[in-house]
Order: sequence, then structure tokens, then C-alpha cells
Amino acid sequence: MTVPLAYYLVLSAVLFSIGVAAFLIRRNIITVFLAIELMLNAVNLAFVTFAHQWRIVNGQIFVFFVMVVAAAEAAVGLAIIITIFRARNTLNIDQVDLMKL
Amino acid sequence: MYLALFIFFAVLCVAGALNLLLQRHPINSALSLIVVMTSLAVLYLLLGAQFLAAVQVIVYSGAIMVLFTFVIMLLNAGREEHTRGSRAAFLVGFPGAAVLLALLVQIFLSARGHLAQARLGEYVTATHTLSSVLFRDLLLPFEVTSVLILIAILGAVALARKEP
Repeated sequence: MTVPLAYYLVLSAVLFSIGVAAFLIRRNIITVFLAIELMLNAVNLAFVTFAHQWRIVNGQIFVFFVMVVAAAEAAVGLAIIITIFRARNTLNIDQVDLMKL
Repeated sequence: MYLALFIFFAVLCVAGALNLLLQRHPINSALSLIVVMTSLAVLYLLLGAQFLAAVQVIVYSGAIMVLFTFVIMLLNAGREEHTRGSRAAFLVGFPGAAVLLALLVQIFLSARGHLAQARLGEYVTATHTLSSVLFRDLLLPFEVTSVLILIAILGAVALARKEP
């Protein structure tokens, strides 16, 4: 029994679109950040699918680099979120619209 | 068997992502993202990327999501409230995402004839193949990522430190 690789790409597109919707709709800054991680994961699935299609491991190594960048981004982004929360006592992105209080 | 595994974990992925979208409390969103990431690891395994499946579980659903849940619990974030801006985002966000989805699905399904069929175990990437490419051909990018991680650690410590 086989699965067409196009289905994997469609799944990746579905996950990416849900990530975009969550990014636009949610108001909590942490949930917006989680939506970014979801989009990164969707793109990773597309990378692995194309690595399987062309039988090249470079696609998988690219996923590895995306994971490294995502880890760095999560660390710095969460530190920024903690700083914002300390300064303004809110996590709503509609209330974080000034660069300086 | 392969098709059943694919469908099961694909449905689990989409259900987790929808749950992330619909839940009001960030801790529920974070936990459903862990479901998405773990089922993606199974899908990587089905595509023959065994090392990536392990790294996905260890790094993504292990380290990164623990960081997220830790911060959510540290900040004691409550349910989010609706604001005026959120209604505009709601009106634009859903149609925009639907158009994007329709476009991508149309492109992928039209290219279906050029894409192969996946069989279980027909192409398994061994870790030594991956490492020989990573440590021979792509050694410089690999070393640069270690500098990036170091800078990220320093930045996170500098940002999250309490003001003296």
C-alpha cells in the first residue's frame, strides 16, 4: 500500500494555513509565537517530503538547521516576552503598540 | 497499513493544529502543539527520516515546548480577551488563510503526476549518511549555527535578567 507524496505536501499546506490563521486571529502573544512554531513545522514536513522525492539528504539537513534556528528563536523570543510582561503586565498584542512607555 | 498509519497521524496533526487555533488558554494551545510535533515525528519516520524523527521528539517536543510551557506557567497567563482589533483580524484572517490553503492545495494536487509514491521502508536515510554530508560538505554552516546558539543564549540571559 502506498501514499502519494502529494498528500504529505497537502498536509503541510493545511498545517501552514492553520498556523497563518492562528497567527492572525489570536491575541495572546505566546499563542502567536506558538503559531510561528507550527508554521516552521509545516515547512519542515515539506522539506522532508522533497528529500524523499529526490533521494537527497540535503533536505533533511536543512530541517536540522531550521530546528536549530527555531530553538534560538524560541529562547530569545520568550526572553523578550518575559521582558514585555514585566514592563506592561499584559500579554495582549493589541496593548503592546508603543516602543517606549 | 502504511495508508492507515499516514491517515491516522495526519488527522491527529490537523486536529492538534485546529485545537491550537480554537483554544482560549495558551497552555492548551501549547499542549496541542506538542501533539502536532510528536505526530509529525511519526510522519518523518514514515518518510524514512529516522534521525530527524528522534531530533523532532527530543528538541522540538522536548526542549522547545518545555521552554514554552515553563514561560506560560511562569507568567501565569490567563484566558485572552476579545478586543476591537481582534474582530478585524478575525474577518481578514480566516478568508486569507482559506485562500492560501486553496492555492497551495491546488498547486500540489496539480503536480501530483510528477511526485512519487511513498512506500514503507523503501528509502531510509541512515544517520551515517546524514552525518557524512553534515560534517564534510556542510561543516561551515554547522559551525556557524553553534555561534548562533551561543549568541542566542547570551541574548536570552541579557534580556530576561532583572534590572539591577
